[in-house]
Amino acid sequence: MVLTKLEQVNRKKEWEPKIIGFLCNWCSYAGADLAGVSRIQYPANIRILRVPCSGRINPFFIIRSLIEGWDGVIISGCHPGDCHYISGNLVARRRFAILNDLLEYFGIEPRRVNFMWASASEGDRFAKLVEKITEKVKQLGPNKKFQKEW
Amino acid sequence: MVCKEAGLNQFLFEQANIREHSTWVHMKDQEGAYEIAKDLVRMAVAKARELKPLEVQKVHVEPSSLIIGGGISGINAALDLANEGFKVFLVEKTPTIGGHMAQLDKTFPTMDCSACILTPRMVDVSRNKNIELLTYSEVVDVTGYIGNFEVTIRKKPHYVDQEKCTGCGVCIDHCPVTVGNEFDLGLATRKAIYIPFPQAVPGQYTIDMDQCIKCGICARPDVCEPEAINFDDEPVDLKVKIGTIIVATGWDLYDPTEIKQYGYGRYPNVITGLQMERLLSSTGPVMGKPVRPSDLKDPHSIAFLQCVGSRNFREGGNQYCSRVCCMYATKQARQYKEKHPEADVYIFYMDIRAFGKGYEEFYESAAKNYGINYVRGRIAENYEDEDHGIIIRAEDTLINQPIELKVDLFVLSCGLVPRADSDQITSLLRIQKSGDGFFLEAHPKLRPVDTLTEGIFIAGVAQGPKDIPDAITQAKGAASSAASLMARGEVEIEPFYAVVRPERCIGCGMCVENCAYGAAELIDDRSFGRIASINQALCKGCGACSGNCRCSAIDIIGFTAEQIFSIITERL
Repeated sequence: MVLTKLEQVNRKKEWEPKIIGFLCNWCSYAGADLAGVSRIQYPANIRILRVPCSGRINPFFIIRSLIEGWDGVIISGCHPGDCHYISGNLVARRRFAILNDLLEYFGIEPRRVNFMWASASEGDRFAKLVEKITEKVKQLGPNKKFQKEW
Repeated sequence: MVCKEAGLNQFLFEQANIREHSTWVHMKDQEGAYEIAKDLVRMAVAKARELKPLEVQKVHVEPSSLIIGGGISGINAALDLANEGFKVFLVEKTPTIGGHMAQLDKTFPTMDCSACILTPRMVDVSRNKNIELLTYSEVVDVTGYIGNFEVTIRKKPHYVDQEKCTGCGVCIDHCPVTVGNEFDLGLATRKAIYIPFPQAVPGQYTIDMDQCIKCGICARPDVCEPEAINFDDEPVDLKVKIGTIIVATGWDLYDPTEIKQYGYGRYPNVITGLQMERLLSSTGPVMGKPVRPSDLKDPHSIAFLQCVGSRNFREGGNQYCSRVCCMYATKQARQYKEKHPEADVYIFYMDIRAFGKGYEEFYESAAKNYGINYVRGRIAENYEDEDHGIIIRAEDTLINQPIELKVDLFVLSCGLVPRADSDQITSLLRIQKSGDGFFLEAHPKLRPVDTLTEGIFIAGVAQGPKDIPDAITQAKGAASSAASLMARGEVEIEPFYAVVRPERCIGCGMCVENCAYGAAELIDDRSFGRIASINQALCKGCGACSGNCRCSAIDIIGFTAEQIFSIITERL
């Protein structure tokens, strides 16, 4: 198929969600590194931010991300029982179960905020989940709830 | 490092991980990769803007090491560290050290007698003043951090007083309970009161309370003259301060009953490679003259099947190569041919992996000089005939011919699998496992003996299948890494811990509830009233307190809220 120049430009400008990924240092960040070392390909939408533990992630960070216009948020920690800090991921899980309800109350699709587990050895799982979540956020469309419209 | 050399504070450093998180994972989307890379740099700059110089903390490293597992890896690591003058606690869960190597008859490719080279090392361990040998013991709790671990070791009760026992063995003759012997993999028996094998170190008698019927015969004064039997023996907990930990827990043999078609467990003449090893052993149940388990006659023909439980890419199979099976099958076949040159020996293989020093030569000689038949092809099915012979149907893939033959003994060259209880170790030590279930090293090339937890090292098959020389190499590497930490006497640790802003704290106590280390507590401050306080010696900087803090009164140095907000807001 031959595309005109305009079509090419338009195609490139197709909206791509921007997702911020809060990854715990010990499991998921190492898992993302492993995905890189193993050259496992996943969509170019996630920007990775390293935190010591998923337990570190204050709900403020997530809400602030959504206010700033990130289209999706991924929080990824160690598998339950494997937390480097004993129970940080469980603390996080409890907290985000509550956050989900709050997001709905705000009028934000809770599906934008995704909680997952990936260990340091699961590069492929990490890539698969990121792909799935990217697809989910793409379907939701841009996050404009907090955008000022004049 | 560069920061430090340039005279800058080393914590004024932030890395944008473009290679692993963009270049290598978006190779088919150049535009996207470029966008991500730009954003990652922007985010790193945003965080760098908020970085503050920090002071490194130095902590003392206790000059003592805990080694978990008393196999050949643990033994070598223990001896190396002890000879360098460090205190070593060698913990082994069975009543004797020696591990799997003690069960082997000969070792490839030199045909050294395994026990002859191992047992002197075992005795060295028991005689070394720097080694505290804790057999029949398990690690039940580990707290603390590099240089300062607090370890609780539980010594299980032997029910035999080691001070009084003379090792005469009369109790064994009188014990009425006979069970399968673990050391001979059920090919021989032992009593409920037993010593695992004659060369066991320490040579301690143990009563297996799961099997004991508490008849009390062994405790009779005419049986046990020194009155060493003590049925009221209790487990003893030992608390020790440890600087470094080496995990050398070894492996389990793959259980071939999972593959029903081979009939292991149903057909008496189908055995595992490790059972074959015991049959070949001159100290084994048949004095080194292998027999068919069904009728105890010499087998005239033996078939070995390689890659049982290894290199299996089907659902649930172990995908890795166990690395030792090609060589041990070749060695066992050769040993049998030495004793019975007229016997027919077949090895069914996928590839022969003779990777080590002298291994290829060993394999070549086995095939040429000993007349062992190597057949390339897997066995499609096997079944038993009326006199318990095993009929094998396979394909020789080199000549594309189906073959059918009858053998007297069928040996499954089972692979190595992670210890069934390795999850206990991962949760105790908070180390990770790789996809194959073995413990994960910090870097597959450059840090093969380190774990991601500082001060904890791995050695031997616990990290992945390997042969004896490789296991010893890694054990010595782990011992050297541990020794260099302990010789220095102190390490620098990153000062990442929680801090409280008293003016914001309302003293709700959420942090106290969520802290897994007991580092957070509520105190009465003179000017701020009831507020939280963090004990920095206990704090690991995980941030569970800070994540749950309702008024953002707790921050984590190194991952402060300002830094994270700075990253989040940078994008637009």
